[in-house]
Amino acid sequence: MRLYAVVAAGGFRRYTTYRVATLAGVFTNTVFGFIMAYTYIALWDERPHLGGYDMSQALTYVWLGQALLMTCAMMGGGFEDELMERIRTGDIAVDLYRPADLQLWWMAGDLGRAAFHLLGRGIVPMVLGALAFDLALPGSPWTWLAFLVSVVLGVVVSFAVRFLVALSAFWLMDGAGAMQIAWLAGLFFSGMLLPLNLFPGALGEVARALPWSSLLQVPADVFLGTYAGWDLAGAYAFQAGWAVVLLLAGRLLQSVATRRVVVQGG
Amino acid sequence: MEGVVAAEQGIVSAERSRLVEGVRGYGLIVGMWLRSTMAYRASFVMTAVGNFVATGFDFVTIMLMFTHVDVLGGFTLPEVALLYGASATAFGLADLVLGSMDRLGRRVRDGTLDTLLVRPVPVLAQVAADRFALRRLGRITQGLLVLGYALLVLDIEWTPLKVAMLPMMVLSGAAVFGAVFVVGAAFQFFAQDASEVQNAFTYGGTTLLQYPPSVFAKDLVRGVTFVVPLAFVSWLPALYVLGRDYPLDLPRWVAFLPPVVAVGCWVIAGLAWRVGLRAYRSTGS
Repeated sequence: MRLYAVVAAGGFRRYTTYRVATLAGVFTNTVFGFIMAYTYIALWDERPHLGGYDMSQALTYVWLGQALLMTCAMMGGGFEDELMERIRTGDIAVDLYRPADLQLWWMAGDLGRAAFHLLGRGIVPMVLGALAFDLALPGSPWTWLAFLVSVVLGVVVSFAVRFLVALSAFWLMDGAGAMQIAWLAGLFFSGMLLPLNLFPGALGEVARALPWSSLLQVPADVFLGTYAGWDLAGAYAFQAGWAVVLLLAGRLLQSVATRRVVVQGG
Repeated sequence: MEGVVAAEQGIVSAERSRLVEGVRGYGLIVGMWLRSTMAYRASFVMTAVGNFVATGFDFVTIMLMFTHVDVLGGFTLPEVALLYGASATAFGLADLVLGSMDRLGRRVRDGTLDTLLVRPVPVLAQVAADRFALRRLGRITQGLLVLGYALLVLDIEWTPLKVAMLPMMVLSGAAVFGAVFVVGAAFQFFAQDASEVQNAFTYGGTTLLQYPPSVFAKDLVRGVTFVVPLAFVSWLPALYVLGRDYPLDLPRWVAFLPPVVAVGCWVIAGLAWRVGLRAYRSTGS
């Protein structure tokens, strides 16, 4: 357990060295936040209470998206490049000899990364957004806490998906295609481009049932106070359920893949 | 007197031969990357399709918005499609030709820029052609399809000027975006790992232009008209074609300015690039 805490701290610290990059990222998140906020204003001007959100809730949703984009790695940008590279070059054989679990090792590092991005690239755009627009920020500290729990679950789901994608490199060697499909799905089905409540009919139902809704739609709804009591427990169960299923699938694939490494001789 | 003229001609022809050299070098490097891309055809097809789909999601989002409303900022879906198609195609062209410029920061950081400096090809051409990505045709295709849809559905009273406006708008728009790419790259000589700032102006710019100007606050529109002249990429010429009012009470003739604006942007970009390159200090590693 202590080992993984150290790995997580390392994942956090590693990103603290990219100070200029973080500032640049904050700038970009803020610019996109403004652009999206204005398009949402145009949309909600036409149709107030669209998707069950009022104007300030819709605007809050925009800025939450910008704050969580890197945290939940909706467009990728976490450990997966590195893991794939290690698989491709065969360095993965070294990792497998380490007295640590491969999946937990990478997950700890990714949680550290997510924590850094939440602080580094989440807070400032959110504050700027709140200064420029009328946002619906929760009054109760419990809602903030509930939101944080939901974000952590979202990060784990995101990790589990990206771990599966990275392991595909054992078979594909060049995982660029799989990674692209993964971030496309992440971007679209997380609700980053448009809240999933606004997706029509069956597309909306499917989108809300897929794991990616855990990355933004569910945490945003927790933040906006959509869930209370058992509904909140249900939202957590949805996220945790996907996390467990995807992590188990990762385990399974990992053991199949590991045997493959041995066959190849590393 | 003759000597001076000859010397001047000498400078002009030296400048011109540098340009020719640059274009030639760019072509050669692009050719190399094309051959290497085609070595993995399946991967190329996948990433090109991915590029097409990825950029298509932008328009899917707009279509999803229009399942709830008839107009956005006073514009119908086909009208927005014209704005979108013009901006996406122009950006796609710039991205195809110069999209690799955002890797400059990495080259400055790890010192591999030094190898480019000693080669007998202009550095700008080398950086621009570096890892030339043909998959970016996906974005252009997607933009052209949306543009085609808009032109089919819209009921425009065509005049020769309006017809000429379309290619002029896309090409000058691509040039304006291209200049933004170069200025962004020049900025990275100073702020080595700030390529995301460039994204805000390039990807952010094209996203902004995909919506009508009436959606945005006046100050923002002022900013992208007079400071970073993105409004000339698609908004103003497209609004002329659509016969709609311009933002900020601009006069009608500004729609014809994009080529002039593009040239102006490239003069600034060229200067910025020179300043940046001159300020470059190698890491020494």
